[in-house]
Amino acid sequence: MEQWQGYIGLILQGAVVTIEITIMGCIVALIAAFIAGLGRLSRFWLVRWMATAYIEFFRGTSIFVQLFWAYFVLPLLGVPLSPLQAGVIALGLNIGAYGAEVVRGAIKSIPREQYEACTALNLTRFQEMRHVILPQAVVRMLPTFGNNSIELLKGTAVVSLISLSDMTFQAQVVRAQTGSTAVPFLTILLLYFLFSSTISTVIKRLERHLSRGLDGTGT
Amino acid sequence: MEWDWEFSIQILPQLWEGVKVTIQATILGTMIAMTLGLLLAIARRSANEWISRPVGVFAELIRGTPLLVQLYFLFYVLPDLGLLLSPLTAGVLGLGLHYSTYTAEVYRTGIDAIPKGQWEASKATNLSANQTWTHIIIPQAIPPMIPALANYFVAMFKETPLLAAITVLELMNQARSVANYHYKYVEPMTMVGLFFLAVSVPSVILLRKLEARFAPSNS
Repeated sequence: MEQWQGYIGLILQGAVVTIEITIMGCIVALIAAFIAGLGRLSRFWLVRWMATAYIEFFRGTSIFVQLFWAYFVLPLLGVPLSPLQAGVIALGLNIGAYGAEVVRGAIKSIPREQYEACTALNLTRFQEMRHVILPQAVVRMLPTFGNNSIELLKGTAVVSLISLSDMTFQAQVVRAQTGSTAVPFLTILLLYFLFSSTISTVIKRLERHLSRGLDGTGT
Repeated sequence: MEWDWEFSIQILPQLWEGVKVTIQATILGTMIAMTLGLLLAIARRSANEWISRPVGVFAELIRGTPLLVQLYFLFYVLPDLGLLLSPLTAGVLGLGLHYSTYTAEVYRTGIDAIPKGQWEASKATNLSANQTWTHIIIPQAIPPMIPALANYFVAMFKETPLLAAITVLELMNQARSVANYHYKYVEPMTMVGLFFLAVSVPSVILLRKLEARFAPSNS
């Protein structure tokens, strides 16, 4: 039993790493999603083109391929990355590409009258986005963003393959040391499930909170 | 860093071996995901709570945890329980099982979209549950689902590199072994990325066409 406590401690250490990578990845993803999502709606074709290229590039391959490329190829091209940096950047940019489409879709779903009203009130394009369009669009983005962050959480398991000691990595260590397979893997499966349930609960709360006072979102 | 053309051509045959396994895994995985997903969707709609509840929890659990960990589970835990699976079998099962929970959602929304009158008419004409499903509901529900299902087909194809983690010799693993052997990472890793892009970018275009064809009422 005491021996198991040590192993559980190891897995919990991994859980902390998994949470850290998830949070940092989500931040990168959020920034990338807004830049690329707004970029796709830009008036300038070059910006639109670049945003599209980024989105299709990162959606066209899996996190696994991107992570290995970032970790093994980029250093040879003169961009040395630590496993943590490679993991956070690859995960963030990958999920960010999916998020960009969400941002674009949500902004486009805002009815035309809202834009017309902004023109009528003589708001600048920045004011229009900041005060009228985005506050409404963000609420519509939230449910899908929730799913995206769960995908990111699940994606973090892949960083164990570039020797980052996340939860999956620690489970493998425990397996190698004890020869027991069911206990470590069942433990981390439950922990991952706990984390993803937490994310969806938090997103639901946030959705309720943000949609307060908005028209037609039915709360 | 120079791109070595001679080396890239020299490794093509070995990468091709990997491509074959990748395609095989995708097709087998899709077959499992499509059939199992339908069974899950039907079971979740069952009037018997002892069936619908556990199936729902099971699906949530699979969807909330990483595919990589599930693959490890199948690959390491099942042999301890006396079920020895080859790496490819475990990989295909894991892939199929994971994505069946996603396809189940597609089926569920598709089935929910069938008007109530169809169910009532089936009852009125005294069709059995089995006949209702096979002759009335499924034939109407499937066509609108095709784009979403095709989307998961492409997603599974992109995720096959994960099977490398349980020693399946698919494209990513072949590339990794070539890279380790020659200690040259740029060419093999980049070629894997390009291969996936070369398949998934055209399939995105194809998917949009499918969407336009099968879901005209939705926009």
